[in-house]
Amino acid sequence: MLELRHIEKYYNAGTVNEMCLFDDFNLTIQDHQFVSVVGSNGSGKTSMLNLICGSIPLDGGRILMNGRDITGLPEYKRQRSIGRVYQNPAMGTCPNMTILENMSLADNKGKPFHLLPGTNRQRIDSYRESLKKLGLGLEDKLEVKAGVLSGGQRQAMALLMATMTPIEFLILDEHTAALDPKTAETIMILTDQVVKEKNLTTIMVTHNLRYAVEYGDRLLMMHQGHAVIDQAGQEKASVNIDDILKKFNEISIECGN
Amino acid sequence: MITILLGVLEEGLVYAIMALGVYITYKILDFPDLSVDSTFPMGAAITAVSIIGGMSPVLTLPLTFLAGALAGCATGLIHVKLKVRDLLSGIIVMTALYSINLRIAGKANLPIFSQQTIFDNDFLNGLLPDSCKPYAVLLVLIVIVLICKILLDLYLKTRSGYLLRAAGDNETLVTSLAKDKGTVKILGLAIANGFAALAGSIYCQQKGFFEISMGTGTIVIGLANVIIGTQLFKRVSFVKATTAVIIGSIIYKACVSIALSLDVIHIGRVTITLPVTASDLKLVTSILFLIILTVGNRKGKRGKAHA
Repeated sequence: MLELRHIEKYYNAGTVNEMCLFDDFNLTIQDHQFVSVVGSNGSGKTSMLNLICGSIPLDGGRILMNGRDITGLPEYKRQRSIGRVYQNPAMGTCPNMTILENMSLADNKGKPFHLLPGTNRQRIDSYRESLKKLGLGLEDKLEVKAGVLSGGQRQAMALLMATMTPIEFLILDEHTAALDPKTAETIMILTDQVVKEKNLTTIMVTHNLRYAVEYGDRLLMMHQGHAVIDQAGQEKASVNIDDILKKFNEISIECGN
Repeated sequence: MITILLGVLEEGLVYAIMALGVYITYKILDFPDLSVDSTFPMGAAITAVSIIGGMSPVLTLPLTFLAGALAGCATGLIHVKLKVRDLLSGIIVMTALYSINLRIAGKANLPIFSQQTIFDNDFLNGLLPDSCKPYAVLLVLIVIVLICKILLDLYLKTRSGYLLRAAGDNETLVTSLAKDKGTVKILGLAIANGFAALAGSIYCQQKGFFEISMGTGTIVIGLANVIIGTQLFKRVSFVKATTAVIIGSIIYKACVSIALSLDVIHIGRVTITLPVTASDLKLVTSILFLIILTVGNRKGKRGKAHA
């Protein structure tokens, strides 16, 4: 369970450009929930993910993970139980390392990084197996550097790597936004498979309203640091894209977009 | 001719060890680490004092590596924990070490002639036949460089080595792997400066003295070696980067030697007399480095235009 309590976040604090993003923002995400988050630019979607992961500092409030206060925990320590996929496909892999080396890196997450061989030869078959499931032919390119792969291939690998070791939370930061529609669709289907298979608690930020409606069992629409729509379960299942779009237009007009 | 060739190979190999370290900071971590300018003479200072104090010359090698690693940690800690820019962290440690080196050696110039060294000792003299004597230095150097290269290659294939490469390639991924990227950087700097100090120790034993200013320009030589090596073998995938760096070091040393030996250049009918002397070494070093950088940049651009 992930709890955000009385979150406060200001940008440019103490200057004339001071902007309050979150003021007493509260959110509780139950175990195994798949939350889709939509909202216009600057509504606080990505900031929320960054606060959860510890990429940016918090100005007030507390963040609890399974009841444990992680507010003061540095970003890298929180990542033990979090897998994160970024909008930029380059963020999830090492371009100058081979696919095999990338897979090995991901496989060693949570283990000590000492002087044992970086690649465990006995695991290669299992890497090949999981790459095969992506259906992108990557299983035959183990010695190819990740930097030469296409954005879609890299994002598929990033997703695979982020979820390879046992994690509890999956953070998806507009992870299909930089891909062409067809690849985005493939990645989205893959995401859904992985989330279901591993029973992950997931937060997905997306600009694609259709994905937000189709996937996940809870829908959040963020606006100026608040959730203007928050529907889960049956309510979420009955939501259709027109309702969301209508609400989205309302808040957009309010912002002058 | 043979003597010049031997000189080039010997000095090239000594600087190759340092260049292996610069390869880690510059190529892998993308960290312009100036502290090697002082860790190199630090290795020499410690070696001179230890050998005069009666320490076995072989033992000075791991000792100087450790000392260099400590200095590298200092640079890393200043950069990571105190959040000082990379270039400045190196400059701070480089400057501070100048005084420390003087304290270690006790004076600016410390000769160790007539002492036992890794190149000239009873064991080696007994082992090698007389005909091999002129090549003793080269043979010992080849063995040391090979050991360093193989150890570094092996290290880069360990989990820790993977993480080091990842830190230079994509910092975000290191965080995603629940590891502190700062620690990884400090580790890389420690290894790099360990190599620099080790090279300083070997240089001192070969030349027979420590001299406080012997480290000036070490980083320039190191960068030149790394860039020549990696540019030259960029498209040759079976040559490991470490091998490329070692070959680059020898080529660079050869270029410097040739440049220093030029006194008359003929361009068509024009004859230019160049009064180059040994004191112009650093000038030649820098100009050659500039040429290498410029040529490297040109090549890079052309490559991109084609791709």
